[in-house]
Amino acid sequence: MSKARQSLSNTIAAHAILITYTVIALFPVWVVLINSLKSRKAIFGSPLSLPFGDAFSTIGYETVFKRGNFILYFENSLIVTVVALVLVLLFGAMAAFALSEYRFRGNTLAGLYLALGIMIPIRLGTVAILQLMVATGLANTLVALILVYTAQGLPLSIFILSEFMRTVSDDLKNAGRIDGMNEYKIFFRLVLPLVRPAMATVAVFTMIPIWNDLWFPLILAPAEATKTVTLGAQMFIGQFQTDWNGVLSALALAIVPVLVLYLIFSRQLIRGITSGAVK
Amino acid sequence: MATDSIAAPKRPFRSHILVFLAPAVLVYTAVMIFPLISTLYQSFFSKDWAFIGFGNFVTLFTDPRLSASFWNALGNNFWFFIIHMVVQNPIGILLAALLSNPKLRLRGFYRTVFFVPTLLSFVIVGFVWKLILSPTWGVTQGLLKSVGLGALFQPWLGKEEYALTTLALISNWQFIGIPMMLIYAALLSIPDEVIEAAECDGITGWAQFWKIQLPLVLPAIGIVSILTFVGNFNAFDLVYAAQGAQPGPNFSTDLLGTLLYRTFFGYQLQLGDRALGSTIAAVMFLIILTGVCIYLFGVQTRLRRYQF
Repeated sequence: MSKARQSLSNTIAAHAILITYTVIALFPVWVVLINSLKSRKAIFGSPLSLPFGDAFSTIGYETVFKRGNFILYFENSLIVTVVALVLVLLFGAMAAFALSEYRFRGNTLAGLYLALGIMIPIRLGTVAILQLMVATGLANTLVALILVYTAQGLPLSIFILSEFMRTVSDDLKNAGRIDGMNEYKIFFRLVLPLVRPAMATVAVFTMIPIWNDLWFPLILAPAEATKTVTLGAQMFIGQFQTDWNGVLSALALAIVPVLVLYLIFSRQLIRGITSGAVK
Repeated sequence: MATDSIAAPKRPFRSHILVFLAPAVLVYTAVMIFPLISTLYQSFFSKDWAFIGFGNFVTLFTDPRLSASFWNALGNNFWFFIIHMVVQNPIGILLAALLSNPKLRLRGFYRTVFFVPTLLSFVIVGFVWKLILSPTWGVTQGLLKSVGLGALFQPWLGKEEYALTTLALISNWQFIGIPMMLIYAALLSIPDEVIEAAECDGITGWAQFWKIQLPLVLPAIGIVSILTFVGNFNAFDLVYAAQGAQPGPNFSTDLLGTLLYRTFFGYQLQLGDRALGSTIAAVMFLIILTGVCIYLFGVQTRLRRYQF
């Protein structure tokens, strides 16, 4: 009896802590989302009330669309993220396959060399990266960002994917070889489809830091035509600091796509982490 | 031909290995490793490419104006890291421990929610908190007043003595999902038999957590610590978003990342300096490398790993 009561009170305590943290985690996002839909007066008068009746206004969003090139920024971010992601997955999977499938001289060394970048941040080479991009005429192009993010994403993706590729059965690949498939067909037709779950995990891990990065867009591609959403929002907010409607709406616009994508992919992401993909 | 298959070790050159490896190695070498080495190399040269050995480092450590900024940023960076270690990671462990209870309802919901801040960009996080803590808007002030603590309110981000800690706490809020998830995964991988055996011996509740589960997830805590270290010592975005390139008040929130940005690109009347920028990057590289080495050789090899 007393044991049952104790476990009940434990459960209540656990939920109390978890709910408190839920509020802490969501409150800032919530405040921004509701206030982005309010008039200036309501933002200051009652910041915590819902945007109904008189308080409702879309003036902030109108400012953002009129004054900022957010559609262009979205396009840029989308292009950079998608292309870099495809390159990271393709090149990463190919390298992981080479490292996990074949025994050749220098295999371990190549693996260690490619793994260096997991711990050493690419940012520390910024000075020379900028020089390189200027020298090759790639400064202020999306190509510069794509190259940098591809290099940044490769080490971890090769590491995770080669762990997974070691689990693909040798019998299957040898059967393919006996059937006359060459090594490229074995990779693209047999191995890639089997490691798709791992690819999805790597995709999520690679995508988030690229979409959210401020450092490289600021340094390599700050021109209006190549601004990403993160940099665009940063500049817009800096410029319109006193326009609270505009600032809140710009923030909301930057939050919503990430939130929607996360809700779609959260199972994949959490399964990826908890399945021990990241060790 | 027949001898070929007998003398197996001498295989023909397999060009497909090269094709598989080449794209990744090329991009990685050209855009990451080469610039990294080049940056380290440039830290030994002056602005007009004269070799000066450790001259830049001497300037960085002793020049009255620059060294003050450097030591300030370095000290701030250590404080930033300490706050992460004593606030973010224990809370992450607590949340993970609560979530790992298989009988708990709504686990999936909590897990999903706690990870939301981690997905947002630094720019969003920096501005959102700046607005919420702003005395002009008064959201925090109003909330504190409603629970009778109105007197406690301070413009935390605007006061020299609180700003850095406040920023570190904001960063904790953002990244708590990572320690939580990694430790949660480690807790789930503990086999039921171990827990059952502990229960048979009468070890339950908190005692069980301290004596059984915590020691078993120490490797995960080690990984979380080194990830935090690397992340903190090249942090830039959050401070830049919330406080700008001259992180105020009075540089009290300056980190090595913002100092690198300012030195390399210049600000206001000061011109950018490639050589000193490289030098700061080189120092950050050495700090991170030292941390990673301490982890790899000092911590990881000593942690006991249990095989189930």
